[in-house]
Amino acid sequence: MIHSIRISCLKNNLCRVRNFVEGALKQHAISPIDINLMVLAVDELCANLIIHSHKCNPKEDIEVSVRKKDNQFVFEIKDESVPSFDLLSYKEPDMKDIIANKRGGGIGLILVKKIMDEIQYERNGSANICRVSKRLAL
Amino acid sequence: MEVKFTEEEKNYIISIDGDLDASSSIKLDKVLAKAIGENRNPILVDCNHLDYISSPGIGVFTSHLQECESKNINLILYGMNDKVLKVFRILGLDEIIPITKTKDEAKNRAK
Repeated sequence: MIHSIRISCLKNNLCRVRNFVEGALKQHAISPIDINLMVLAVDELCANLIIHSHKCNPKEDIEVSVRKKDNQFVFEIKDESVPSFDLLSYKEPDMKDIIANKRGGGIGLILVKKIMDEIQYERNGSANICRVSKRLAL
Repeated sequence: MEVKFTEEEKNYIISIDGDLDASSSIKLDKVLAKAIGENRNPILVDCNHLDYISSPGIGVFTSHLQECESKNINLILYGMNDKVLKVFRILGLDEIIPITKTKDEAKNRAK
């Protein structure tokens, strides 16, 4: 079963994405901690797109979907923008460097890489699809 | 998300209520920056009603850690639920930022 939601590119809409992902995952026997981690990873990817690719333009939107495939949860985040960031080749900074440089940025992508098992990107026409998945022992 | 501050003796307590995400973390940043600017010490952050945290929320703390250290300000977080604590643990921040279960422990932790 596939669940999906479309939101306009406003930071205030991140809570709608979180509620949507949480609602979809709660139908399965997953611990609240694991649910929160997957919600967090999707939130981080959406925030990144909303802020950097779409500059918080409410006229643009992104679509998030969740599906379960065997013991794997697959999340797709689809948008239409010029890809501004390549997560796959991104070398995440060290936490100590982030602190030393008095930074807050970069932490979100560290989280996505630590939480998710697989990250894929696909360009389909003018659409970008970021697909991340997490395997769980259900 | 709401951020409040109270004073208990010398302790400056910042309480967070709700979700700390990309849309709300600026509020906390302002309150924390002001407390550090006023050289409050210790600064205790009550996370009992912090339901959710994402990277901009974490970033509020990491971006001020150095200044706290250079000013000898004790910044201590307490009362986190398991979901929020897990996020700090994944990043290894539980070994860098003092985190306690209760307010009393946080007060005792302050040097």
